[in-house]
Amino acid sequence: MSTTTSPRPGVAADIPRRTGRRRLRRHRSALHGWFYATPTAALVTVLFLVPLVLVLWMSGADWTLLGGNSGANFPDNFVEVVENRLFWPSVWFTLKYTVITTAILISMALGLAMLVQESTRWRGFLRTALLVPTALGLASASLLFYALYSPQVGPVSPALDRLGLTDANVNVLGTTDGALWSTVILIVWRFAGFFMLLLLVGLQGIPHEVYEAARIDGARTWQIFARITLPLLRPSLALSTILCVTGSLLAFDQFFILTKGGPDGSTMTVVQLIYSLAFESKRDLGMAAALSVIVLAALVIINIVQLKTLRRSPDE
Amino acid sequence: MTRLNRIIGRTPFYVLTGGLALIFLYPILWTSVSSVSPQPGSRQVDGFGWGNYRTLLEYQDGVWHYLGNSVIISAVAVATTLVVATLGGYAFARFRFPGKDMLFLLTLAILMVPYATVLVPLVIWLKALGLNDTLVGVGLVLAVFQLPFATFMMRIAFEAVPREMEEAALVDGCGTFSALCRVLLHVVKPGLITIGLFAFLAAWNDFMVPLYLVSGDNQPLPLALVNMRQQVMGVIDYGATQAGVVVLTVPCVVLFLVLQRHYVNGFMSGALKG
Repeated sequence: MSTTTSPRPGVAADIPRRTGRRRLRRHRSALHGWFYATPTAALVTVLFLVPLVLVLWMSGADWTLLGGNSGANFPDNFVEVVENRLFWPSVWFTLKYTVITTAILISMALGLAMLVQESTRWRGFLRTALLVPTALGLASASLLFYALYSPQVGPVSPALDRLGLTDANVNVLGTTDGALWSTVILIVWRFAGFFMLLLLVGLQGIPHEVYEAARIDGARTWQIFARITLPLLRPSLALSTILCVTGSLLAFDQFFILTKGGPDGSTMTVVQLIYSLAFESKRDLGMAAALSVIVLAALVIINIVQLKTLRRSPDE
Repeated sequence: MTRLNRIIGRTPFYVLTGGLALIFLYPILWTSVSSVSPQPGSRQVDGFGWGNYRTLLEYQDGVWHYLGNSVIISAVAVATTLVVATLGGYAFARFRFPGKDMLFLLTLAILMVPYATVLVPLVIWLKALGLNDTLVGVGLVLAVFQLPFATFMMRIAFEAVPREMEEAALVDGCGTFSALCRVLLHVVKPGLITIGLFAFLAAWNDFMVPLYLVSGDNQPLPLALVNMRQQVMGVIDYGATQAGVVVLTVPCVVLFLVLQRHYVNGFMSGALKG
């Protein structure tokens, strides 16, 4: 009895000491917190914030690849970039490529996700088969398809010849449309599994009871898809669309390797133009930085618009 | 009878989906077989054999040199990602400190700035830091762009650990650091494997960052392969290119198949974010 009550009188006396200790603890916690967060802060500052400020500075400066910084010239770089003969064609091509890729990839990924949704052994195998291409690098995948499309060694040209579509010696990458669609096929192959997995996670988050209730109410398969699956999948679809649009707007590796922007600059994307301005055509880092800033601003705006329109909840 | 009917009824499904799987696997199988098959313009003209791989071994510094560069870049990127994201995730999950929310948001903001738009200033900035044309520089840049996902992932992993676990260690006289090393690291291991895997796949396969930041002897394998293809004027050695693709792909596919569960888990938490 006495042992259980004896600590009680001490409680009141303990209060000031406790808050003191708590303050000390919080102080130490802040110190420790900063200690653990320092590497993050350092890396983010040195390799993210500084380059971000530097790109703004360079975009307003006369800065050539070999000559270095020769002082401010704002807004000359921006004017020169927009007046460059490849600027509008590359913007137009990038947008076209983005719309085509996103439309095909997202609808196909949704179909695939619904196909492999149930967990059976066969569907598990299917999932793995669809996911294997996502382990390849974009550069390796592009090199792979470069060989696949080549009339010398690849099976594509002979197959098109047999179907009577083209001659066996014609390179499918030789025309603008051919190059565009060949690249879209490569990207769909490489990324279908990726977006399938994202949508699959969303599909599995829809509770079974909702489907059962709809079926009891006599809803048809199509109605269930349009009225239940699609609306409830909206967050996942939004995430996939945003990722796909952003990735496609920034397309570089696939065109750099497959088409080098050709034929005649017709498959040049905006990000490729940045590289070309910096190291190939103009060797002007100021102009390249100005185009980087334009791309960055466009991306931020496009993503904000997408977030606003896609993330709205279904009942709004 | 009904069972037979069911099997017959499902045959179109198996044929269709089997065909689909085949289409997705075909390019990889085709490259692997072609790389050892005879083809004109390569070193493997008649019969099956390893001629194309021999071409790779003898290309400039040899495939081992470029593979070594790739390994170093990947190692720097993976190690940096693991260490920084673990410490950062621990800080964000367990401590209160001024500027915490700001720093976390700033880290996530990297997602909004794709590296394609900051590579031009990075060329200049890394030179100022003395890291231009170095493998370490490339590895660090790649690590920074892994940080949003990795830090987020580790923060969630640490937050999911019950506080009692480390409090027991703290009461036993451990500091927060030894509590982290001795207790928490074991619990968040799945998260570490996931972010390590993603960092490796990104760094191993990256083409654009090394294209901007390194040249010559310091090229990793993807960049060396693309340049090899371009250097032989007129005649492209497709055989050697295919062999190179196989060399690049094998580690990724093996890692993917072994760690598939962790790969999928990465998507689970990635989707939570959206």
